[in-house]
Amino acid sequence: MTEPQQQYVAAIDQGTTSSRCIIFDHEGHIVADAQEEFEQIFPRPGWVEHNPLAIWDSVVHVVEGALASGGIDRSQLAAVGITNQRETTVLWDAATGEPVHNAIVWQDTRTDQLIEELAGEAGQYRFAERCGLPLATYFSGPKARWLLDNVAGLRERAERGEIKFGTIDTWLIWKLTGGPDGGVHATDVTNASRTMLMNLRTGQWDDSILSAMGLPRAMLPEIRSSAEAYGTGRGVLEGVPVASALGDQQAALFGQCCYDVGDAKNTYGTGSFLLLNTGTDPIFSKSGLLTTAGYKIGDQPTVYALEGAIAITGALVQWLRDNLGLISSSAEIETLAATVEDNGGCYFVPAFSGLFAPYWRSDARGVIVGLTRYVTKGHIARATLEATAWQSREIVDAMNADSGVTLNSLKVDGGMTANNLLMQHQADVLGVPVVRPMIAETTALGAAYAAGLAVGYWGSIEELRAHWHKAAEWQPQMDPAERDREYRQWKKAVERTFDWVGRD
Amino acid sequence: MPGTIQSVERAAAILRLFRSRSRRLGVAELSSALGLPKATVHGLLRTLRQVGFVDQDAETGKYMLGAGLLHLGAGHPDANELRALTLSGADALAVRSKESVRVGALHGDGVLIVHHVFRPDHSPQVLDVGSMLPLHASALGKVLAGHDPLAAQAMAHTDLRRYTDRTITSRRALQGALARLRSRGWDADIEERVVGEASIAAPIRGRYGLTVGAIGISGPVERLCAGGEPRPDLVAYVQAAARSVADGRTGWGERGGKANVM
Ligand SMILES: Nc1ncnc2c1ncn2[C@@H]1O[C@H](COP(=O)(O)OP(=O)(O)OP(=O)(O)O)[C@@H](O)[C@H]1O
Ligand SMILES: [Mg+2]
Repeated sequence: MTEPQQQYVAAIDQGTTSSRCIIFDHEGHIVADAQEEFEQIFPRPGWVEHNPLAIWDSVVHVVEGALASGGIDRSQLAAVGITNQRETTVLWDAATGEPVHNAIVWQDTRTDQLIEELAGEAGQYRFAERCGLPLATYFSGPKARWLLDNVAGLRERAERGEIKFGTIDTWLIWKLTGGPDGGVHATDVTNASRTMLMNLRTGQWDDSILSAMGLPRAMLPEIRSSAEAYGTGRGVLEGVPVASALGDQQAALFGQCCYDVGDAKNTYGTGSFLLLNTGTDPIFSKSGLLTTAGYKIGDQPTVYALEGAIAITGALVQWLRDNLGLISSSAEIETLAATVEDNGGCYFVPAFSGLFAPYWRSDARGVIVGLTRYVTKGHIARATLEATAWQSREIVDAMNADSGVTLNSLKVDGGMTANNLLMQHQADVLGVPVVRPMIAETTALGAAYAAGLAVGYWGSIEELRAHWHKAAEWQPQMDPAERDREYRQWKKAVERTFDWVGRD
Repeated sequence: MPGTIQSVERAAAILRLFRSRSRRLGVAELSSALGLPKATVHGLLRTLRQVGFVDQDAETGKYMLGAGLLHLGAGHPDANELRALTLSGADALAVRSKESVRVGALHGDGVLIVHHVFRPDHSPQVLDVGSMLPLHASALGKVLAGHDPLAAQAMAHTDLRRYTDRTITSRRALQGALARLRSRGWDADIEERVVGEASIAAPIRGRYGLTVGAIGISGPVERLCAGGEPRPDLVAYVQAAARSVADGRTGWGERGGKANVM
């Protein structure tokens, strides 16, 4: 039985395909969990939308579901934190709370024309010096502009202050704190850093970017820290302080306890996201990495991160399973890879839609090179796993070149960490230990930690660090000369992908 | 042949009649080929269909060999799939028991460690995935031998090496221990392999209730046992972890676990 005075912290993890609520206890252990998927809307090729009200409903359901499954009353929640799919953009009517359009999801590419127009003569990096991001379809600012241009009468209403803009954190904070009835219109610095509209150095909206993009300042939320009580819950979380917001990858960085300069985490899902803590000054990348706010706790200074996204990692394993039929489950790739000693000279560069950081070559396409009569499907399985490790190595090298910060160790999470061979290879090619934490739900944990810090449920970052436990650790074992030779081979393979399709 | 079961023989005869994957047969054809009443054939087919050994063609109503027959053996995840399946349940067990966790599967005549989670105490530890344990002198091994006929066979052919004074080296005593284990669903090894060390394990059941592996904790006797017996709270954690893997749950959630609010 639950003692009535027992207190917990809840995290709402609002992802691209599902919403989840996880409730944590004082030791950072999971005590209850509920999850619900919601509809993905594809109105045209390249367009991806979510219904903001459906997202809100799913959030209400999972909060109720988690409380019920844990036998926990909302009065036992010391705070609730939010972590969310980043960059997805919602505009709604301030008076009624009605969204004016479906949310435009981060994957949506409808702004590609607009991006080119905005880049113009100045190019893709026109705003990067201020916001840390190149012009690309992912980010929120151009999505908001598209809505103002395409929903009749919207621009005038926005200029009159009748419309609110938000990323998903902002939408949820506003809904949780009462919506049209006194809801708080706020975002956190990590989510704001994905809009292209925030000046990274000041942590405030940048008027020059706003005017270049044609966005009225009146519709923007206030930028707050990642960990402070933005307001008090109404309705489903009546009386509970809404006390953190972090983009999903930044939440994972925080949940992995990457609190020191040089701490980094990599989340291995269908793609992978590697973030490196670079301290309290933003480092503007020369290698096409993203500069982003990592977290900001209350009135302490913002901690910045460099971010490298790898488009195809787990997806390559799925490709071997679904397109080649070499394996029947993702985990089986390790069994197949273990039938051989090494890659047999075979390298697989999955530049399926070009190469991203640090190359940025849209003319590149995937290759498998080094084929001889000796090569078997075991070697191809190995090359597939090694591709994930080498792509991560290239990101780490680019981060090191940009920041001068060297990696101490790599903290890992996500589905591919079940792959022992990959994790060992990752340690081998990085030359630093690779560490998997005991609580794999690092995203939700990061949001819970930030919310708990904000309300004093936890006292300090040091206290959080004490909860962090290694579940496994892989030490580098490869001979450095061998590692360098393999890296040269990999880079040679990467060169073979260039110039395959005409540049446009 | 004393002790043959007629309906099993008949079911086997039906399966043989299909011969090839593409062959489709109706109840009437089967009944005349086997010289059995249609009702009997119908009953056999219904059971075979339930277990996935035959399928029925939706258009013609005729029967054919089922997908379940083609994937015989696929009920057993391989070592790497087993690790992926147990990943979060094993973490939860380590957190709760505050001990290290290992997942084992039968490999040759021993237990292969397919997954290892460190003890959550900040002490330096080394991953021992890939190492082997003896079937007769570890909780993981005894659990496998008690629940998986292949593991029992493997054990019958291995030398029951003595590791400590407490290693069970008599086959009769071992049979007795396995019978006890089967009735309670878990087992322990108290200093049977290493003096001062104990382990507690339970079977992981896959599809059709088949045992596909074992999950357990290990550590010093003082922590794992009380009054010479495995601590009941730790036994309960181990059993809950094994069940959470079988159910495909995350293993977290002390009170009721994961809610599906769909
Ligand atoms: N044992 C394994 N070996 C290799 N790859 C694996 C293994 N297990 C899962 N994967 C891969 O990991 C991916 C799934 O990981 P995860 O569940 O963390 O991702 P996700 O949450 O679905 O992805 P995302 O968050 O990126 O949308 C899949 O691409 C799958 O192929
Ligand atoms: Mg995910």
